Amino acid sequence: MAEKRGRTLAEKVWDEHTVRRGEGAEPDVLFIDLHLVHEVTSPQAFDGLRLAGRQVRRPDLTIATEDHNVPTVDIELPIADPVSKTQVDTLRKNCEEFGVRLHPMGDAEQGIVHVIGPQLGLTQPGTTVVCGDSHTSTHGAFGAMAFGIGTSEVEHVLATQTLPLRPFKTMAINVEGTLRPGVTAKDIILAVIAKIGTGGGQGYVLEYRGSAIESLSMEARMTICNMSIEAGARAGMIAPDETTFEYLKGRPHAPQGAQWDEAVAAWRELRTDADAEFDAEVTIDADALTPYVTWGTNPGQGLPLGESVPDPEQLGDEGAKFAAEKALSYMDLEPGTPLREIAVDTVFLGSCTNGRIEDLRAAADVLRGKKVADSVRMLVVPGSMRVRKTAEEEGLDKVFLDAGAEWRQAGCSMCLGMNPDQLEPGERSASTSNRNFEGRQGKGGRTHLVSPLVAAATAVRGTLSSPEDL
Amino acid sequence: MEPITEHTGIGVPLRRSNVDTDQIIPAVYLKRVSRTGFEDGLFAAWRGDEQFVLNVEPFDRGTVLVAGPDFGTGSSREHAVWALMNYGFRVVISSRFADIFRGNAGKQGLVAAQCSPDDVELLWKILENEPGTTVTVDLAEKTVRAKDFSAPFEIDDYTRWRLMEGLDDIALTLRHADDIAEFERGRPAHKPVTLPAEQSQ
Repeated sequence: MAEKRGRTLAEKVWDEHTVRRGEGAEPDVLFIDLHLVHEVTSPQAFDGLRLAGRQVRRPDLTIATEDHNVPTVDIELPIADPVSKTQVDTLRKNCEEFGVRLHPMGDAEQGIVHVIGPQLGLTQPGTTVVCGDSHTSTHGAFGAMAFGIGTSEVEHVLATQTLPLRPFKTMAINVEGTLRPGVTAKDIILAVIAKIGTGGGQGYVLEYRGSAIESLSMEARMTICNMSIEAGARAGMIAPDETTFEYLKGRPHAPQGAQWDEAVAAWRELRTDADAEFDAEVTIDADALTPYVTWGTNPGQGLPLGESVPDPEQLGDEGAKFAAEKALSYMDLEPGTPLREIAVDTVFLGSCTNGRIEDLRAAADVLRGKKVADSVRMLVVPGSMRVRKTAEEEGLDKVFLDAGAEWRQAGCSMCLGMNPDQLEPGERSASTSNRNFEGRQGKGGRTHLVSPLVAAATAVRGTLSSPEDL
Repeated sequence: MEPITEHTGIGVPLRRSNVDTDQIIPAVYLKRVSRTGFEDGLFAAWRGDEQFVLNVEPFDRGTVLVAGPDFGTGSSREHAVWALMNYGFRVVISSRFADIFRGNAGKQGLVAAQCSPDDVELLWKILENEPGTTVTVDLAEKTVRAKDFSAPFEIDDYTRWRLMEGLDDIALTLRHADDIAEFERGRPAHKPVTLPAEQSQ
């Protein structure tokens, strides 16, 4: 028998949601507090319910929005792509039939599923959150256990409000020190992924800890947890603290009155015990970090902006070398080229990684009074209609428009190019999104992942840049 | 789900690591509302290349895909599993699978068999030297065989049992409906609900 020891944050949330412990090889049955639904991964799940004659067990713990497919211009018109339209219409019909609340296109609360959950105050510490989308890890920034699931699991949660799962392993990501000016949460997470690789987090929940994490805003914490999946992790978490409570207080679905005090008291317990042990640990020195950009076709292929495109021959193992050769060929890059000399055609500011109001403010501060280079097209796509409205109240839309950028409606947009916002074959982007996979932003498109600050500076200079280059 | 205890079919060597789900099926192919017909999007970006393995006889009739490490990373899209199965694949062998992909595969009856990197390399060589070689994946024995090659593979026991019995996950969970109801009664009142307050009472 193992000695009784303290528990990690992840273990505490898991234990609190265990409906039933599995015996032997059987998984645990885990209760799900919040199920977020969107149009792409849900139609087959609702169809499955219908075929089996099942209902949605807890419509009151389920919420839907339209985000992946939606156009970001002319949203008052019918969706031009008939197949996208079918998917959106199907979601509307399903939500009506099964009694699920929906924030459709044009609604004041419509937006990317991972932006609206926190914004509405639905994402709360110590909850379990799932969605048929891998970036559900975003919600872990609140100390929630949040992870992406497939469509069969979406159906399972709709029918039972639970999931059969084996407990995840735990990994501590210690980020100690103070970030230099111009270095952001995006740079932290790109550095983490470059360090542990796209498979490094597999089977784990990552808990981001340390002084650099504690000093981050909620929005920055969401950026970090969002990309946990790019390290292969099931989820990412950050222990809730005063910053978390401050963010949540007064939000539409946050507890109120006596329930607020009760909730905060419970949330304060959500910390990894001093004598808890993680299955693995990684440390990142925040003081040493500089802006990071990716050069390849997976998010682990990243380097500080000050460096050059790597030479595959210099990379350690055969696998990494082979992958780098393939990546450089696809990206049309020569080893040794300084990253700062890479010219881009498009800059995309948005997504569930960096489409929140703070991200737009940071980019606008860089762009204010400047112009997007003639050779560059810049798309600014707010993560939600509320982010868009707030930005307009602050005059950020004017800053972007004056600089020559496009100011769009809310949605996933060019992060995955399911709507018309796509790169042309051979086009190169600096993108604040989360995936630089081949063809992710459009067939033949080439993506460099960057922070909002780097995106804005790159838009002005036309080559990968940080604000200090301006 | 159809029970599966053993499968034999033509092996397809896919010498690539980090085959993410955007490569398996790009987002533009995700717009159907059914579970079928996704084979047209399978490896869409690579299918245009006539040298691509699935464009080469007899690999185009393959049912066992043998891929490099970190297969199925990225997006949670179950469409990746549907696309592979719609095309005809019943098994994917890799030295490392992304967690969500592996979960999705298990739900749909696609066997995700994890072999050592050395065994994947050996299988690639066999399949490349003699195209059309069949690979047998035996769930009861947890072994992969091709000609005189035989190697163990890993799969979690619960998924293996479900695959072999062809069991529906939801029905299995609903055996514990009483436990779920009891858990719900004990949930703290401060937990969030999605409906407006007046409807959620």
